Amino acid sequence: MALLECQHVTKRFGGLVAVNQVDLQVEPLSIHSVIGPNGAGKTTLFNLITGFYRVDEGSILFEGEPIHWLSPTHIARKGIARTYQNIRLFGDISVLENVLIGMHTHLRSWVFEPILGIRHFLDEERQAYKRAMELLEYMGIGEWAFFKAKNLPYGQQRRLEIARALALEPKLLLLDEPTAGMNPKETEETMALIKRLRDDFNITILLIEHDMRVVMNISDIVTVLDYGEKISEGTPEQVRSDPRVIEAYLGRGAATAMAMATSSTAQGD
Amino acid sequence: MWERLRYRLRYVSGTDVALWIVAALLLVMITVGSYNSLTSGRYTGKQWFDFIISGLAQGSIYALIALGYTMVYGILFMINFAHGEVFMSGPFTAYFLAEVLEQRGLFETNPWLALGLVMLLSMAVSTVVAVSLERIAYRPLRGAPRLVPLITAIGASFFLQYTFRGLYTPGFKAYPEVQPLKGTWTLFGLEIQRMLIAVFVSSLLLLLLLYAFVQFTKVGRAIRAVAEDQQAAALMGVDVDRTISITFAVGGAAAGAAGVFYALMFRQVNFFMGFFPGLKAFTAAVLGGIGNLPGAMLGGLFLGVFESLGPSLFLEGLGVPAAYQLKDAIAFTMLVLFLIFRPTGILGERLAKRA
Repeated sequence: MALLECQHVTKRFGGLVAVNQVDLQVEPLSIHSVIGPNGAGKTTLFNLITGFYRVDEGSILFEGEPIHWLSPTHIARKGIARTYQNIRLFGDISVLENVLIGMHTHLRSWVFEPILGIRHFLDEERQAYKRAMELLEYMGIGEWAFFKAKNLPYGQQRRLEIARALALEPKLLLLDEPTAGMNPKETEETMALIKRLRDDFNITILLIEHDMRVVMNISDIVTVLDYGEKISEGTPEQVRSDPRVIEAYLGRGAATAMAMATSSTAQGD
Repeated sequence: MWERLRYRLRYVSGTDVALWIVAALLLVMITVGSYNSLTSGRYTGKQWFDFIISGLAQGSIYALIALGYTMVYGILFMINFAHGEVFMSGPFTAYFLAEVLEQRGLFETNPWLALGLVMLLSMAVSTVVAVSLERIAYRPLRGAPRLVPLITAIGASFFLQYTFRGLYTPGFKAYPEVQPLKGTWTLFGLEIQRMLIAVFVSSLLLLLLLYAFVQFTKVGRAIRAVAEDQQAAALMGVDVDRTISITFAVGGAAAGAAGVFYALMFRQVNFFMGFFPGLKAFTAAVLGGIGNLPGAMLGGLFLGVFESLGPSLFLEGLGVPAAYQLKDAIAFTMLVLFLIFRPTGILGERLAKRA
């Protein structure tokens, strides 16, 4: 059974159909990429999955249960965490505390526990602190733990955002353009990191990217969106050679040219 | 050098000059007034000390109330003008418990227990009022333009005042005396009224406790996260609505405690008692930098001391008659001056960033 399943999901903004009848099946422990040119509806799809937008038609199932009517808080508690394309950390709070906020649902002490059961409360906090530090070390930003999040360099902020999402102990991690604004070397490192995340934390990863070259090496399945519609899906190789994908990315002329080029080489052979 | 000065001067407007003159005049007034008062010998050192102590006690009450203003502002960017009534509702309700306890003689036999019970009831009532206020009056307006909840808050303030007037009748009610807090203690060779010290110390403890709660617990972290970015907080599994309710509850509990201290110090309660302390605490929150927790505490203490010293220090030195009655004028002048010259408050920078 697919971990996440979108069935004929549609979202309209006024007359604009941002996401149109999209079906998506994310298999457990896979790295699944959604690619498409700018404005293809990728981020809208993420906002639908995390509950910030309501679907107009269709349904979204997580572990077989419909989640499209739940609030973002409850969807997060079901085990879906995400990062943003434009980083959204809690800037005035320390790096460590950003991660601790990610652990919110896993800590039990509420308003009265710190007063009535001080020892238990301290134990729990100590463990949370330890775990948060481990996560930061894992992401390679341990030495920044006591800085304000907004004072981190850009690349480190991205890593912190992923660390904060991991603190939720999600089953599904949604990454919205995790390499935006990075140079080729950083991009490569990040992609390697994403692959490691899947293996070390046993999570499923759904990734948005507009640059299709970036995801080709690490993705198990690639879904291509264009103008809100799914135009192609399959392994990276299948997608790469799909004429509709080339057309969406490079325009109709390029697609025919490519098709002619391939057919002429075929004839040449 | 001259080039730079000329460059600077191009951006100086007539209003700036006028404001500088006002500031300079005030500085001269304050210096001359203080010099005159201090050299005239009208008050002894002991009396100045008393002014400071009573200012600190009064200020710590402001600080507790200001906490509610500043936390609500931090999370919702609205001024909860009904917070003064939250402050009133607790001690006013607890008065009836206090009266019964006094008749039964519990204030004689076990004053600390009696005081504790009154305190608990007052805090509980203020908390319930604050949370219901948010739930009924403010939550439906979340996302409305910022002016709308502000007007609602003023309406809610009147509603609460007159509801409590109707419930508990308009007259003043006298709070019972707590025997162990009567009289004076001698500390370091100085006689200090017990009540003032007790109020000051317990307020300070409560402030520290609340600060620790916001800084070091899961719920406190959630409050700060929601204050920064509600959407991102929701995504972390933080229940935003509930966190906002808790914020109001914390502010309400602090106001309820402050209310009992106030009632013990001034020995009377009435439905209108929240109005002036509420405004003063709002002033304190602005002085400290609204949205800033340590700022509100500092602002409260600062305002309390300033208000208590001000009349005799600045005004009497200038020959103003009956200066003590101008105490409130001093507090609100401070508010205006801070809004003109340092709108971000003593510690704050957030207001400027967000406005």
